[in-house]
Amino acid sequence: MRRLLLLFLFVLWMAPLQAAIEAYEFESAQMEADYKKLIDELRCLVCQNQNLSGSDADLARDLRRETYDMLQAGKSPQQVVEFMVERYGDFVLYRPQFKSTTYLLWLGPFLLLLCVLYLLVRRLRAADKPVEVDAAAMAEAKQLLEDKESGK
Amino acid sequence: MIPEIGQFALLIALSIAVIQALVPLAGASLGVQRWIALARPAALAQLLFVGLSYACLTWAFISHDFSVLYVAKNSNSALPLIYRISGVWGSHEGSLLLWALVLALWTGAVAVFTPNVPSAMRARVLAVLGLVSCGFLLFIIITSNPFERLFPAAAEGSDLNPLLQDIGLAIHPPMLYLGYVGFSVAFAFSIAALISGQVDSAWARWSRPWTNIAWLFLTLGIALGSWWAYYELGWGGWWFWDPVENASFMPWLVGIALMHSLAITEKRGTFKAWTALLAIFAFALSLLGTFLVRSGVLTSVHAFASDPGRGIFILGFLVLVVGGSLTLYAWRAPLLKSAAQTSLLSRDGALLLNNVFLTVATSAILLGTLYPIAIDAMGGKISVGPPYFNLMFVTLTAPLGVLMGIGMLIRWKSDSLGRLGSKLKIPALIVLVLALLLSLALPQWIWGAYLGIAMALWIAVTAGIAIYERFHNRALLSTLRSTPAGFYGMLLGHLGIGVFIIGVTLTSLYNQEKDLRMAPGDTYSVAGYEFTFHGVRDFNVDNYVATRGGFTVRSESGDFKVDLFPEKRTYPVQTMPMTEAAIDAGLARDLFIALGEPLDKEGAWAVRIYYKPFIRWIWLGAIIMAIGGLFGASDRRYRRLARSTSVDTEAAERAA
Amino acid sequence: MNRFVLPLAVFVLMVGLLGYGLRLDPKKVPSPLIDKPAPEFSLAMLDDPTRQLSTADMSGQVWVLNVWASWCVSCRAEHEVISLLANKNLVTVVGLNYKDEPADATRWLQQFGNPYATSVIDRDGRVGIDWGVYGVPETFVIGADGMIKYKHIGPVTHESLEQKIMPVLKELLS
Repeated sequence: MRRLLLLFLFVLWMAPLQAAIEAYEFESAQMEADYKKLIDELRCLVCQNQNLSGSDADLARDLRRETYDMLQAGKSPQQVVEFMVERYGDFVLYRPQFKSTTYLLWLGPFLLLLCVLYLLVRRLRAADKPVEVDAAAMAEAKQLLEDKESGK
Repeated sequence: MIPEIGQFALLIALSIAVIQALVPLAGASLGVQRWIALARPAALAQLLFVGLSYACLTWAFISHDFSVLYVAKNSNSALPLIYRISGVWGSHEGSLLLWALVLALWTGAVAVFTPNVPSAMRARVLAVLGLVSCGFLLFIIITSNPFERLFPAAAEGSDLNPLLQDIGLAIHPPMLYLGYVGFSVAFAFSIAALISGQVDSAWARWSRPWTNIAWLFLTLGIALGSWWAYYELGWGGWWFWDPVENASFMPWLVGIALMHSLAITEKRGTFKAWTALLAIFAFALSLLGTFLVRSGVLTSVHAFASDPGRGIFILGFLVLVVGGSLTLYAWRAPLLKSAAQTSLLSRDGALLLNNVFLTVATSAILLGTLYPIAIDAMGGKISVGPPYFNLMFVTLTAPLGVLMGIGMLIRWKSDSLGRLGSKLKIPALIVLVLALLLSLALPQWIWGAYLGIAMALWIAVTAGIAIYERFHNRALLSTLRSTPAGFYGMLLGHLGIGVFIIGVTLTSLYNQEKDLRMAPGDTYSVAGYEFTFHGVRDFNVDNYVATRGGFTVRSESGDFKVDLFPEKRTYPVQTMPMTEAAIDAGLARDLFIALGEPLDKEGAWAVRIYYKPFIRWIWLGAIIMAIGGLFGASDRRYRRLARSTSVDTEAAERAA
Repeated sequence: MNRFVLPLAVFVLMVGLLGYGLRLDPKKVPSPLIDKPAPEFSLAMLDDPTRQLSTADMSGQVWVLNVWASWCVSCRAEHEVISLLANKNLVTVVGLNYKDEPADATRWLQQFGNPYATSVIDRDGRVGIDWGVYGVPETFVIGADGMIKYKHIGPVTHESLEQKIMPVLKELLS
């Protein structure tokens, strides 16, 4: 059984790993650019982490076709994205949407940076302050040094 | 017979590793010289037996021993010799054995090439390395034995994954492992320092060359993977922020922070706790990478195995090693305080800032990589891919480009804004203007290109100033001789980044791609080059059948011409067609053609044509950085100074 | 003291997450169509291509849509369980023949038995895309109100039939 599973996984790994090349024609350079961006940012759901443009899988072909058809029909890239998310969920987007569940993802690193910079600067400033010298201790130290010099 | 020897050798190696892990450690704490002295021979013996085991597996591959399950799954009688040798690490079990071998090699190197380190310290270092070895050997023996037999023996092997039948990808794993595993040395040194409560920074000095060498191998390993992906996968990409790619990139970034932190600690004796922590982080991320590739917790094209059972083992090992180290750190790090002060406006401060940005960037990558798991745990499902990572990474590391230049010229301990300002004002202006001129020479104005070029020029110019300051008004030869190798290491490391930035900026912003239908005789123009298609022919090679397309590429000015032959290969054993792109590589641009599918009976094909400006600079930059690492590691100061310190320590030990 | 414990604390959190992650399947994509109206389709029937079946035809009753194909190996594995479900006569089981040759599909049903009230032909997979199908087999449970109530990814086993699908059906039918 485990061997079968391994074989299955192996075949999966062997699955379309290389780019699929289709000869679509576009009426404008803008549409072609939109298409390229979309298939770069949409995920192939049956692949081991690949976008639509990088995969040769059947489903990827179908979804690329869908994307092309929608753009040709005059839909905007945003509408294509909504179409995909409606059917496959957020999983299909490589660019996570900005919503409450992803605030931490998008903002976290910057908050961390600000925190760390703040703490760093504060700590270095504190270290920069001249150390308060205890006059009594200073006098004692001086005395000890003089004693040493005179050979006590 | 031979596979059994290999298996037995592993068991022996494990026993030795256990001794190596426990006895010298106890000896160092209790002061028993004989136990301490056991460390070196144990390390070398372990290397011997792990090496023997590895040799046995290699022999099984070379001699087509299909009675070994692993060989049957990863080899074939038609497989060329070189891929039989590299096939040993082509899949989970064998690659783990390679991991163990590389660890044993590093351990042996530490045992032999540290005559200057006091024996008690070295004993602790080797003991920590031995502990890690135990974990890996145990993992291999219990869950991932490459010597498992197949009864009855297979008549023929399943063949090595065709993607791996490629030189670039063949040496990519060993390079990566030399890197990842090499960070275990710095890790072991800081653990040893934490255990012994060593207050001085000698351990930082000893760690530096080892860290540099590990880092340079990791650099090469990552660059190889990226380069391979580019020419093999056919979509012109060279980095996808796949979890496994990230798993190698995070230790690389922390490794850079570590190298810089070691510099501060050695030079100024400050931030010892930070350095120790970074050393733990770097290795922890290496181990995390091992977990991610093999546990199935994340989907990745690279996954060797998706086995939650194995995942638990590695996770447990991670908890033990990293959890243990961090607990030790939490307990002992307060001891590593330093009296010296650090001013923000100094090289110390600049290096610190450098580490802050690198660590935050690494955290962002870690966050993005693991976030899908967190969301999944809460019942949702998302993907985090290149759009996120590109934005985060570029934003968080852009300040480093500027900082790098300042860092090379700013004084240690304390500097003044006035002095810096007057030194950097004119160079900054020159850079901004020069970058403007260069950007205007490009096909179209893009702000990102301007900034990228400006950053690279800034690094080059400040490096030039650093050289000038060191060499001007001084005798050339004597200055050359007295300049430490580390200085050249720094220059090359930074220049390498500059070259890399140019490559990434220009190729990302100015590349052109066209997918189209071409019939024999058709011509299409991309970026000033004319591509003419001549049709396809079929050929029989080695262990595959190739359909080869013929193209002629001419520059519009007519002075350049090249013939390119992209292929579609079918490997009969795997029946999976593979695309081999044809690339005309150049320093200023790559021309890239890939065959898609046949479109009709008249011989028309779907074809992809790429124009990729300056893409080679990406890997060129990596090579330059790696050479920088080599220079850094070869600095004589490490060998000379360390010797004088250790003489005192040894004498003190004997006197005690 | 506490700032030195921070790395350990973060590590513990991360390990907890990873440990939990080992029990999850990163490749399973849950459907966003749960509790949403079943996508409309109108497709030719496999046994009589002159007739069509649409989602609207099925409204008012609880039904099950099973996505299958003759080239799908796991479909053969789940066939027995689907037949079991169909034989309970609780709900109508409709097959969506996905990206298949009608001739192959018909032959497959003749060979292994036909548990479906009817199968519809989704030749190019477009309807599959509307339903968020990304692999074969998949099984949907649709309520009488026309809303998708449950999606099962992969072959239905005896276990998942009893423990996952039957409870949903029972609730919908009561």
